Amino acid sequence: MNLAEGVQIVSFGILAALMIAAALGVVLFEKIVYSAFLLGGVFISISGLYILLNADFVAAAQILIYVGAVNVLILFAIMLVNKEEVFKPISGRWIRKAATALVCVGLFALLSTMVLATPWNLAAPITAPESTLILIGKHFFSDYLLPFELASVLLLMAMIGAIIIARRDFIPDIEAASSDQPLQTVWRLPERPRELTPTQGSSNQRK
Amino acid sequence: MNSGIDLQGTFIESLTDMGISPGLAKTMWIPLPMTLVIIGATVGVLVVVWLERKISAAAQQRIGPEFAGPLGVLQPVADGLKLVFKEDIVPTKSDPILFTLGPILVVIPVFLSYLIIPFGQNLVITDLNVGIFIWISLSSIAPIGLLMSGYASNNKYSLLGGLRAAAQAISYEIPLALAVLAVVMMSNSLSTIDIVEQQSGYGILSWNIWRQPVGLLIFWIAALAECERLPFDLPEAEEELVAGYQTEYTGMKFGLFYIGSYVNLVLSSLVFAILYLGGWDFPIPLDRLASWLGTSEDTAWLQVVTASLGIIMTILKTYFLIFIAILMRWTVPRVRIDQLLDLGWKFLLPVALVNLLLTAALKLTFPMAFGG
Repeated sequence: MNLAEGVQIVSFGILAALMIAAALGVVLFEKIVYSAFLLGGVFISISGLYILLNADFVAAAQILIYVGAVNVLILFAIMLVNKEEVFKPISGRWIRKAATALVCVGLFALLSTMVLATPWNLAAPITAPESTLILIGKHFFSDYLLPFELASVLLLMAMIGAIIIARRDFIPDIEAASSDQPLQTVWRLPERPRELTPTQGSSNQRK
Repeated sequence: MNSGIDLQGTFIESLTDMGISPGLAKTMWIPLPMTLVIIGATVGVLVVVWLERKISAAAQQRIGPEFAGPLGVLQPVADGLKLVFKEDIVPTKSDPILFTLGPILVVIPVFLSYLIIPFGQNLVITDLNVGIFIWISLSSIAPIGLLMSGYASNNKYSLLGGLRAAAQAISYEIPLALAVLAVVMMSNSLSTIDIVEQQSGYGILSWNIWRQPVGLLIFWIAALAECERLPFDLPEAEEELVAGYQTEYTGMKFGLFYIGSYVNLVLSSLVFAILYLGGWDFPIPLDRLASWLGTSEDTAWLQVVTASLGIIMTILKTYFLIFIAILMRWTVPRVRIDQLLDLGWKFLLPVALVNLLLTAALKLTFPMAFGG
């Protein structure tokens, strides 16, 4: 074992320990903000594992997409609805917790037997490709063309859905109402005018 | 054109000659450029802080710092020392762990991004295959640190500032990445070395500034927004949010934010210089100059001159861009948050997409000029 292999094994150990610890933290912390931040830690450790597997582009994409976009969006959602709320203790909550733990242990056992039962082909020598980028590109446009295109269509659907949801209430019967106004621009999605929400100013008026 | 000075190769070779195994020699080499770059980045920050004070003074018809050292050059050092010795206050009812972790998470990715900044043919810490992409993905970690510090401060201004910072960073990441993608498409590689090499050959005429005029503007606007420089410094807008996510911070934790923002500015200018201004290239092609002078490219003194000229050119271009950024800070008013998001999503994003498509079309039509 030379120096490079030793460094690889040690960093694998550190990354794996970090990842498992952070993942347990995500599940076990009561405070949801901690879970969200630790989720970022899990994603970064996974990208470290990708680097150890010579998948440099996937590692960078993992950080960009999961840490930089998904995790930030989760945090946004948490912080925008950051309402201090005391939950009522539910009687017999331990049954739910025990059932969850049982399902998780079962899944873990299933996956472990799969890992142990599969005959891994470890004998083949592994050579790092010169450019992972070119390899990924070639796969995308040959044997993985259909999944690639389907994923892009899926993303497009998600985007259109998000835009529709983000617009305020969609009024389906706008056609009948606007038939006598032919000058209305065609390019706008029909939406209800925003009502002025009463703020703290209204409480002053009551006095 | 490809040889140049290979310090790493020479260092490893000389160590192996002394009887040390090549692996160990390489390990001994690794920390050297890293410390050099960290020191360089820190000194760069001191210079930028001094420049900022002097240029702002000139813009407001003041003199600026002048007593600490000649022309006040030691003023940033004094500032830094003050921050180091200041009491570190953690506000009550804040979250002490996240409060400490926030600034650290903001600073580390910025310094890590210096991995891929080349100052010459072989003067780079690592020439990664994914090169410039690493910079984009690392800079997307910073918003998490900002959100963290904004949340942990237990202060409404901090939380609002953190949310604004993250929203701004996410919105401007996309036009930034698309502008970079157009350059990458022309040079057929993500590696920063290849991007600079693709621009060399005809001196100033072959720089990307002529081939990517739109991409350059998009990149500059988006980079300023990512650095939270003045036309876009909404996360810390004094009049609205006290100081945004930095409100509750003092001492060295505030210092980390301060260093991080300036290192990020230097880094963005360096990347701009690499992507559009030909990196370490001299405005006149040096190898042709050498052939006119009748010296071979492999002459030792010529290589030393070329390498030092390369470093000087990179730094000159970078500081020219920093000068523009500082001048903009002291002359341009701040935009509103809705204007900022409108500009990012409704203007820069479509323009960047069109720019990308145009670059692809031009590349197919004129493979000679746009990298075949």
